[in-house]
Order: sequence, then C-alpha cells, then structure tokens
Amino acid sequence: MASAPSSTTSAPSGTTGAPGEKDRVHLPDTARDLVKILVAGPFGVGKTTLIGSVSEIRPLHTEEHLSEASAEVDDLAGVRDKTTTTVAIDFGRVSLPGGVVLYLFGTPGQERFRALWDDIAYGALGALVLVDSRRIDASFDVLGLVEESGLPYAVALNEFPDAPRHHGVERLRRALDLEADTPMVTCDARDANSSIDALLALVDHLLTRDPVEAR
Amino acid sequence: MTGRPAGRPLVPAYLSTGGVARPSRPHMERLTVLALTGEPLRQGPPQGSPEGLPAAGLALLEALEGGSLAVVEAAALLRLPVSAVRVLAADLEDRRLVLARPPIPPAGRFDPDLLKRVADGLRALKHD
Ligand SMILES: Nc1nc2c(ncn2[C@@H]2O[C@H](COP(=O)(O)OP(=O)(O)OP(=O)(O)O)[C@@H](O)[C@H]2O)c(=O)[nH]1
Ligand SMILES: [Mg+2]
Repeated sequence: MASAPSSTTSAPSGTTGAPGEKDRVHLPDTARDLVKILVAGPFGVGKTTLIGSVSEIRPLHTEEHLSEASAEVDDLAGVRDKTTTTVAIDFGRVSLPGGVVLYLFGTPGQERFRALWDDIAYGALGALVLVDSRRIDASFDVLGLVEESGLPYAVALNEFPDAPRHHGVERLRRALDLEADTPMVTCDARDANSSIDALLALVDHLLTRDPVEAR
Repeated sequence: MTGRPAGRPLVPAYLSTGGVARPSRPHMERLTVLALTGEPLRQGPPQGSPEGLPAAGLALLEALEGGSLAVVEAAALLRLPVSAVRVLAADLEDRRLVLARPPIPPAGRFDPDLLKRVADGLRALKHD
C-alpha cells in the first residue's frame, strides 16, 4: 500500500526558515482563499525554474494522462491499466499574509495539451506567459491557447545569456502580436524577486485593466 | 501601435463559457481543500480493509492525518492522477470521512479585494 512520505507530517504552521520547511506540504491553518496562476510557455523556457524560485514548498508534480483530461475517470483500475501518454505538470505554492494561498502551475503550451490546459486553467486568475527572446516563435502556440481560454495574461521575457540584445520592446510586442495594454517585463526566472516582479506585473494588470472586462 | 485591430469582444471567453471551453464543471477541482472529518473508520468485513476501502483511499486518509491538502497536492504525494484523487475524495466525502471545501468560484476571482491581497502579499514576500 502506498503511504504519504513521513517527512510531510507534523510541524506547526507559521515558522519560517526551519530545515525541511520546503518538504512540509500540508496547508497552514491560516490558508483560506486558494487561487492559481498559470506559468505557461514552451519547452525549456524556465517554467519550473520560476515556480521553484517563488514556491515555499519544493515544487511537486502530477502525472497527467493526456487522453483523459476531458473525461471524468470513474474506474481507478482503468486509470492504472491504460497506457496513455503522460505529462508531468509542476506546481508550487506561496502562502501570502491575509490567508491567500497562491498556486503556480507550470503549463506546457503545445496545442495537443489543450484539454489538460482547459482543466488547469479553470478558475485561474490569469497566466504569466514566459517567452525566450532567442526563439519567440516557440511561444506562439501558448499565446494562442491563453487567448482562446480568455485568461488575462502578462508576458515575461526570460533573458538567457546569449539572447539578442537589440530586439527593442516595440518590435517584440509586434512580433508577439500583443494588445497595447498587455504587460511585458523582462525576468530572470532563477531570481525570486525578479520572478515575483513578473507575477506582480500580471496581478497589477488584473487590478487595473478595463473594468468592463473584469466584470 | 500594435498590429492587432482595436476592439475586443465585450463578453470575453472566460465569462461566456464559465471559464473553460467545456460545459461541465469538474466535480472536485485541483484546489479543492481536503481535510479529515475525524469520524472513526468502521471495521470492514472480516479480513477486509476498514470500510472496505481500496488501498488508495486508505492512503489518502493517511496523507490527510498530517493536515489538510489540496486535491492536486494529494495527487502529487500519492503519485496518482488528479482524476483518480477526485474520484477517491468524492467517495470519502460520501462516507463522511473527508470534508471537501471548494476554492473560490470563478466569478469571485476578479474581486478587487482578493486581487489586492494577492498583490500586497507578493510585495511583502519580496522584502524577505
Ligand atoms: N539565464 C537564464 N537561465 C534560465 C532562466 N530560466 C531558466 N533558465 C535555465 O533554463 C533551463 C530550463 O529551465 P526550466 O525551468 O527547466 O524550463 P521549463 O520551462 O520548466 O522546461 P520544460 O519543463 O522542459 O518545458 C534551466 O537550465 C534553467 O536553469 C532565466 O531566466 N535566465
Ligand atoms: Mg519544467
């Protein structure tokens, strides 16, 4: 029989910095409003890195069966026996003061993940779309998915060392076909503060965008 | 400035469809919070498991002994697909062994008060 890892039990909430802190998965007693943001982007763009640099728990993942995401599974045995393609979906979590717990879901952007995408996007606040400036066309699929799902989003440009320096913000915005009010920031996903700033660009956008849309 | 034509639909997709492109809500969401009710397990049939539960159901109860978990966290810890945990948790809820608290409904997620708490919380985190 499977059992939960023992390292995840006990330890009161509220302490910070204790060793093994990141292994405590159980929710703090203060957790009230659980919300999620998608961290979306193509292969290797830095989704897991960004989630890891912000998350209070060591990022976890679920194995998702691509073919079942749109259909409820009512037979456990069936799930195990089926040999379908699976994809690992990473997630992390940040408990914020005021009882809000923010989940970050790393969401691959390929078209074939659409059913899974819809399931993960359900009820999300919005999406942070990561773009690698060396290969912006790799992000077209994910931008298409996010726009179709109707999720508000911001773009974070992950700057890799050998990225072209002279793109120019306006040229990039045009190439990505962004709306005038869609935020675009640069970000180092390895740096917590930089990653938080990128998330803030999204949340501030959610707060300030046209109230007609937000209602 | 941008190449895209101005003027967006007045009713964005997330309102007209309830947030997803498919009609039915998932019974349990990824962020539904699961907690033990504290009800004791009834003995199962002789040689059977308590309540006649499957091993995965017992494993979920065991995982919740350490505190509450979102559905997606339980799935990660138990190495089960989210869809399987949805089914298990619904069964345990029916047996009154588990409480399931749904997350904020999609309509509530653009509440400025909630968004402000998220923004303020993230800003506070930066100074750590
Ligand atoms: N210089 C730099 N390197 C980064 C940044 N973000 C990620 N990396 C590196 O890029 C590589 C890929 O990052 P991941 O976080 O694994 O990318 P991912 O999007 O999760 O990739 P998949 O899960 O495979 O789709 C890692 O070696 C990271 O260290 C960044 O902002 N700047
Ligand atoms: Mg990854």
